[in-house]
Amino acid sequence: MPNLSKIQILVQKEWKEVFKHKIVLFSTIFLPILLTIIPLVSLYVIGASMDGNTVGEISDSLPPAWRLLCPQDSTDSECFQVFMANQYALLFLLVPLIIPTSFAAYSIVGEKVTRSLEPLLATPIRTSELLLGKMFAALIPAVIATWAGFAIYLVGASLVSVPPVVKSLFSPIWLVGVGILAPLLSLLSVSLSVMVSSRVSDPRVAGQLTGVVVLPVIGFFVSSMLGVLVLKTSLMLGASVFLLVVDVALVWGAISLFQRETILTRWK
Amino acid sequence: MISTTQLQKNFGKNIAVDKLNLEVPSGQVFGFLGPNGAGKTTTVRMLTSLIAPTAGTAWVNGFQVGKQDEAIRRTVGVLTESPGLYDHLSAEENLLLYARLYEVEKPQQAVEKYLRMLALWERRFEKASTFSKGMKQKLAIARALLHEPKTIFLDEPTSGLDPSASRLVRDFIAELRNLGRTIFICTHNLDEAERLCDVVGVFKQKILVQDSPSALRKQLFGRQVVFHLKQMLPALAETLGQQFNLPAVEILDNKLIVTVADPENENPAIVRALVELGAEVQFVGEIRHSLEDVYLRLLGN
Repeated sequence: MPNLSKIQILVQKEWKEVFKHKIVLFSTIFLPILLTIIPLVSLYVIGASMDGNTVGEISDSLPPAWRLLCPQDSTDSECFQVFMANQYALLFLLVPLIIPTSFAAYSIVGEKVTRSLEPLLATPIRTSELLLGKMFAALIPAVIATWAGFAIYLVGASLVSVPPVVKSLFSPIWLVGVGILAPLLSLLSVSLSVMVSSRVSDPRVAGQLTGVVVLPVIGFFVSSMLGVLVLKTSLMLGASVFLLVVDVALVWGAISLFQRETILTRWK
Repeated sequence: MISTTQLQKNFGKNIAVDKLNLEVPSGQVFGFLGPNGAGKTTTVRMLTSLIAPTAGTAWVNGFQVGKQDEAIRRTVGVLTESPGLYDHLSAEENLLLYARLYEVEKPQQAVEKYLRMLALWERRFEKASTFSKGMKQKLAIARALLHEPKTIFLDEPTSGLDPSASRLVRDFIAELRNLGRTIFICTHNLDEAERLCDVVGVFKQKILVQDSPSALRKQLFGRQVVFHLKQMLPALAETLGQQFNLPAVEILDNKLIVTVADPENENPAIVRALVELGAEVQFVGEIRHSLEDVYLRLLGN
């Protein structure tokens, strides 16, 4: 079993070191703020500027499946705002994917570049402790930033938008989506990043390769926009269970694929 | 204590370490000498359980490499070729991290002890990135010692350091030797090896020789005495060689270089013989071969 105190020591070390890089700090704070402000401004503008005719035209073009999200007694305008608010909420599934990539992708290959990996591997630390420490160090800030951003989004939406919007955001869909699916997505991103980071020898390559992890969520976003996928609690729960299985496999894979010898002897 | 039997490491078709047999008893300072690419770092990595041997066995501090790796890593300290510090952390933070990873009982005290010992205490809050190369090396040495390892592996401990920093590091290693630690030093600095090491091993894929520097000198060169003459006379070397049954007599300008088994007893007789043969002896001295001479002769240079 991995020693939890060693994982904690590594997490603290990663934070002390990585947050001294301004670019990492900036991406951790700036992205959730940006993805919170833009939707709120947009919701405010939509609510303030829509007249009946425009709403009627847009509502007609909405995927029929989206009507299912709207409360039965809601107007077209309210329904459109619900649609947009839920689309924007999907962005909070991108945040936990994007934030840890730069953080985690640098974790192994960065240590190799600064030559600090060999002394670290010379300590009685297990591969599982080393990698879990690095994963948690990237995962925790990403999840906290996601939850904080979504909380601000909820508060902001209740101030600038209509009650049906607020009601739809407080639904179990987003409780599961942001509460459970987001951390699992973050773990997906982190474990893939660490896996890539321990297999390539250049931090830039690691960053580029791990960038592809956002593609499934973008696909999810587009499918939802087109009405191919309907946001439902069952969908979020299903996706969570699927991701949990994938994450466990990826964490195991990352630990198994981590070859101390290859990293020490082949990387120059 | 370090012991290897037929230890081998291959990288694909390349043999980096070839059937290495080595014995380093506890408390000994062992100098591991060899040219670049000889396999020194690979050997150290195997002995510190960082990489696995391809064949053969190795024991370090009573634990077997490849089977008890965690126990080995717990009881050895390693100074790697490059200090490998976390530049954004302070000197104290760097050491505290390792003290905790090594599960040192009182990490703060251990950190203070070594920072003071290596004259870094006053600068403990400064980032490692602001340190000079010598200070970084000292900090890395402190890191290797925090958990009081039984065996310490030092890979090029004074490489790239200025003379004063080198001296400080050397003095510190000498102090460690006095404390009875087993120290395994990889170095190109033969003068340093001569001063610090009880035993040296000259290595190129395999150990060529292993003994104390003085024994190696004697083994390879014997004891050589040089007689400075005012003028070299014909057939002097040949006559002298026959008269005293000397294994080697060389002529270099006006100097006779003679290999003798027991110079203290044989020199007076040789001087008398030279005078009787008509030579005028100006000076007599023993040639002191350096470890560098031993090293270069062994490696065929």
